Amino acid sequence: MEIFGYPLPMIMSQLLLGLVNGSFYAMLSLGLAVIFGLLNVINFSHGALYMMGAFLAWMGIEYWGLNYWAMLILAPLMVGVFGIVIEKTMLRHLYKLDHLYGLLLTFGITLLVEGVFRSFYGVSGQPFQVPEALAGATDLGFMVMPNYRGWVVVASLVVCLSTWFVIEKTKLGAYLRAGTENPKLVEAFGINVPLMVTLTYGFGVALAGFAGVLAAPIIQVQPLMGQNLIIVVFAVVVIGGMGSIMGSILTGLGLGVIEGLTKVFYPEFSSTVVFLVMVVVLLLRPAGLFGKER
Amino acid sequence: MNKKIGYLIAFAIALAAPFIGYPVFLSKLLCFALFACAFNLLIGFTGLLSFGHAAFFGAAGYVAGNALKNWGLPFELGLLAGVAAGALIGLVMGALAIRRQGIYFSMITLALAQMVYFGALRAGEFTGGEDGLQGVPRGRLLGAVDLSNDTALYFVVLGICVLAFALIVRTVHSPFGQVLKAIKENEPRAVSLGYDVDKYKLLAFVLSAALAGLAGATKTVILGFETLTDVHWTMSGLVILMTLVGGMGTLAGPMLGAIIIIALENKLGDWGTLLAQVSGIEWFNTIGEAVNMVVGLIFIICVLLFRRGIIGEFIALAGKKKPV
Repeated sequence: MEIFGYPLPMIMSQLLLGLVNGSFYAMLSLGLAVIFGLLNVINFSHGALYMMGAFLAWMGIEYWGLNYWAMLILAPLMVGVFGIVIEKTMLRHLYKLDHLYGLLLTFGITLLVEGVFRSFYGVSGQPFQVPEALAGATDLGFMVMPNYRGWVVVASLVVCLSTWFVIEKTKLGAYLRAGTENPKLVEAFGINVPLMVTLTYGFGVALAGFAGVLAAPIIQVQPLMGQNLIIVVFAVVVIGGMGSIMGSILTGLGLGVIEGLTKVFYPEFSSTVVFLVMVVVLLLRPAGLFGKER
Repeated sequence: MNKKIGYLIAFAIALAAPFIGYPVFLSKLLCFALFACAFNLLIGFTGLLSFGHAAFFGAAGYVAGNALKNWGLPFELGLLAGVAAGALIGLVMGALAIRRQGIYFSMITLALAQMVYFGALRAGEFTGGEDGLQGVPRGRLLGAVDLSNDTALYFVVLGICVLAFALIVRTVHSPFGQVLKAIKENEPRAVSLGYDVDKYKLLAFVLSAALAGLAGATKTVILGFETLTDVHWTMSGLVILMTLVGGMGTLAGPMLGAIIIIALENKLGDWGTLLAQVSGIEWFNTIGEAVNMVVGLIFIICVLLFRRGIIGEFIALAGKKKPV
């Protein structure tokens, strides 16, 4: 069976790959949106912390004798703690200033973190095995699906939707949303806003770390793996706008799929298609698909 | 008054420098100083943080390189072609980016500049891809002065930079510059006063891009090659750092910042070796390759402790001493 002269299995496998990439975009842009909502900081270091998550997972298996599943929990926790330290020691001092200083600080952190990993591990990729339980592939009839890729999509969907549920439907989420609207008023009601801010940042970067662990067996684990990704995620954020949690998730997944399909039909444009979509959105709907700017 | 003396001293040093230092390196320093000043026109005087200035700098370098090497254009037209390229990309990027404010503006410029980077990577015939564009001839100034002489080239570059800097100073102090300042201080207010803010922002963006293009084109002529490094976003980051170190929104700051950062980049390896010998820690030897790490560290320190930059702190200090 063919669509526009391309074999169906080829389209389906690129579609799946697109969904996998889209899951990473969704998790990263979700983290950026949650952080931006409460801290008014665009976390440039998101890409570096995604790399850190992948590297910690690799180190855990290589040096500490732990397995993939342990690191899937541990690595994001460690990245989260690292984020909390950053927030407590550095970001905290910039909230009263122009947004751009937060961006510049996290940009510096990106260069530093990537530089440190690079000086120890070089730029070549580290081998990372797919965990045994998820090795192999399943024949779905219309395509052969590598199990691990299916797992990535499912795991990230579960994480994204739980985040959405917690923020939109629970009391904790209500505090968070209130803090986004008016932190002073929330503090007046006796809620520890600075603590909430710290934990939110920790959670946001832990999401990036989690995405990194998921990505480790698919993408080569190397210090610069987050560099290009973060710029694409920025474009995703511009397209979707950061006002809505569900918006971030849908935009991320959607753009991943568009990118995957572009790889089939116009491979030359696959690395720039997200940016082209961004240009079109800026022309037609400057505030972004889900944005309500100002 | 003090300012004029300062500029005179700086100019005197610039005139004497090629007889003491290595002219090609000094010429390169001047280009980066101009690049940082062009960037500062946006961040320092209009309040727009562009994260995409590498696109203008690098693309202009490629266009100028091709103009001189493959299209047979003379030196002046080569530079002009570079400036035009910078301005054109600036016009397109600016028109798109000013549709959003604040932090989104920075992200859009970064994403669009990444497109230019991918374009440069793919357009192998034009840019030489990963290998870069090699063997760009310098040509002659007005068909008379042979620029293959490094010292002669240095003085030509100095002339270009002084003219461009004069243009920037003039712009900042013009009525146009005052409107830009008003936009930086309070954009809604500028709108309510009846200024077409978008038009002003776009013009400032194009001017900044054109001057960044001039810097990039000149740099290609000096070094005789152009590579992907100049279009990569780390270059955009570097120019931000130069401006931040020297002092955003000061006229002289970016120049000083550029000199410090480029000198640091060049000497870091030597200092690392020295540190390794003194301290006996092997790891310091590798620091020359890990420039980005040091750049990141300076970024963090500057943002946390030193936001006014060197010249900015200096002005603040001088201001305090004056009786009110």
